[in-house]
Amino acid sequence: MNNTHTPLIFEHSRPGRVNTTHTQRSTATAHSIPGSLLRKTPPCLPEVSEMDAVRHYTRLSQKNFSIDTHFYPLGSCTMKHNPRACNSLAMLPGFLRRHPLSSEQHGQGYLSCLWDLQEILKDVTGMSAVSLTPMAGAQGEFAGVAMIRAYHDANQNSERTEILVPDAAHGTNPATATMCGYTTREIPTDGNGDVDVEALRAVVGPQTAGIMLTNPSTLGVFDRRIKDIAEIVHDAGGLLYYDGANLNAILGKVKPGDMGFDVIHMNLHKTFSTPHGGGGPGAGPIGVSKRLQPFMPIPVVGKKNAADKEVYYWLTEKDLPQSIGRLSAFMGNAGVLLRAYVYALLLGREGMTRVADYATLNANYLMARLSQAGFDMALPQRRATHEFILTLKRQAREQGVTAMDFAKRLLDYGFHAPTTYFPLIVPECLLIEPTESESKETLDAFVEAMAAIQQEAEGDAATLKGAPYTMPLRRLDDVKAARELDLRYKTKPVSDING
Amino acid sequence: MSNVPNELRYTKSHEWVRTEADGSVTVGITDHAQELLGDMVFIELPETEANYTAGEECAVVESVKAASDVYSPITGEVIAVNEELADAPETVNQDPYDTGWMFKMQPEDAGEVDELMDAEAYNELIAEEGH
Repeated sequence: MNNTHTPLIFEHSRPGRVNTTHTQRSTATAHSIPGSLLRKTPPCLPEVSEMDAVRHYTRLSQKNFSIDTHFYPLGSCTMKHNPRACNSLAMLPGFLRRHPLSSEQHGQGYLSCLWDLQEILKDVTGMSAVSLTPMAGAQGEFAGVAMIRAYHDANQNSERTEILVPDAAHGTNPATATMCGYTTREIPTDGNGDVDVEALRAVVGPQTAGIMLTNPSTLGVFDRRIKDIAEIVHDAGGLLYYDGANLNAILGKVKPGDMGFDVIHMNLHKTFSTPHGGGGPGAGPIGVSKRLQPFMPIPVVGKKNAADKEVYYWLTEKDLPQSIGRLSAFMGNAGVLLRAYVYALLLGREGMTRVADYATLNANYLMARLSQAGFDMALPQRRATHEFILTLKRQAREQGVTAMDFAKRLLDYGFHAPTTYFPLIVPECLLIEPTESESKETLDAFVEAMAAIQQEAEGDAATLKGAPYTMPLRRLDDVKAARELDLRYKTKPVSDING
Repeated sequence: MSNVPNELRYTKSHEWVRTEADGSVTVGITDHAQELLGDMVFIELPETEANYTAGEECAVVESVKAASDVYSPITGEVIAVNEELADAPETVNQDPYDTGWMFKMQPEDAGEVDELMDAEAYNELIAEEGH
């Protein structure tokens, strides 16, 4: 890792320095734009040479702490390897150069890929139909709950105002329910990590619009009473929403459709492998049961026979008049959808089940090894799914070190930190998801690092408190960052920077 | 060990309650709660003159780790809130029982406070949760 301070690109700026210092120059003019529409001052853009720009961004890229360089067991995020084949095939010139407004006739190849992807996702989730339109998991959630609402509205069921959410849920679940105009009601988790079914029974009723569930849950266990939960909610007239964040654990093994879910969202960038993190493009397709099909977001890819030929086309408002509508100008993030399509073809039906096999095997191996190394698991009595929770409550009490101290020290050992302090119901927790990509050697090395950090904690806890030592920046002041959040880069006039 | 003053009453959801001479009650979150939550970054207080029933969500404390609801310990009307916390949420970490108070309520039934846990019972609760 390169640890030198990297200035901003603006700090490299020198007045008049341009890319074309040594090459031919041409000046563009825009005579046809009326003077009143032209800006008075030039934009504050960095003035650098091509060499400056290349070095600057190459240096930044060398600072990446990523799945391509490090083990990245960030629970609930599924940081698996992204096969390079997905990338190169999604970047074929025919895909890259296709204009989003080009006609159906000229995009049959692209549309056929998306149609196939819809069919694959339908099959692997057991749902009746799939819309690829949502551009990320959060938008998929929004679309899903908006459909639940549209369904109840269509049935003149406006007294259904509550969405049930377990206390272990991702924060996006209650946020989504609120965005869709619902009140959230929290359901407790029992001592074994399952939804407290009796508590659920007590709160469902004519006011219940639906329940949002992640299964396997964020506690890294499969909810064994899912069929009871589905029955209770359905009997009360509510619908079941499946948060697909943890789909990797059950891919090709169990279908949310078979569990009784009415609508699901999938994070293709996680389960179907696109480089993600840092807010980059995602894809959050939704799958629906028959009764929600009329409400799907558009466009959806359709297929018909015309003149003995299969023709692909966009389904729009005309085909789905009850649709919740469009979520963006076009349909999803094309590049992410294509990568997911190629990934699904690479796996095939057989490979999909192996993803779940190895993801759960790796998680259970890592959990067993860390238990042997003396760490406490939040749910030691349960088999892990694709991730598990380690709690450092005892270390916090005995050595005064926290989950955050372990997380920061892991960076020095060359590992990305697991998810910390989530789910909220487990104190001092690390949520660890190794994914199917990692070898036994990598997992063993992680266990050794954790054991070494534990030794440091017992010897001199100050070592952990000061970590990380090897990163470009040391421990950040997250309290100050949260209290005085300021995301705006205040540009100084270029002359000031240069002066 | 968390500080649990003897003269206060406590809820299972980690609020403390002090009955004042004029019959009103002052509410905050306990030392144990602030330790678990970590450094506070934002506190959302109830509106004055709002009415709450016991156990109803009435405020939110947000720390670097989590956002948590604060529940009304009794049934009654909010008569004052600690405006100072808007600019200095860290007061709840530094001094949870005094300057870190959150709001004052006029209870509907003065006897309701006596039904809450005393210091001994609350100490037992946090000892249990520690296992």
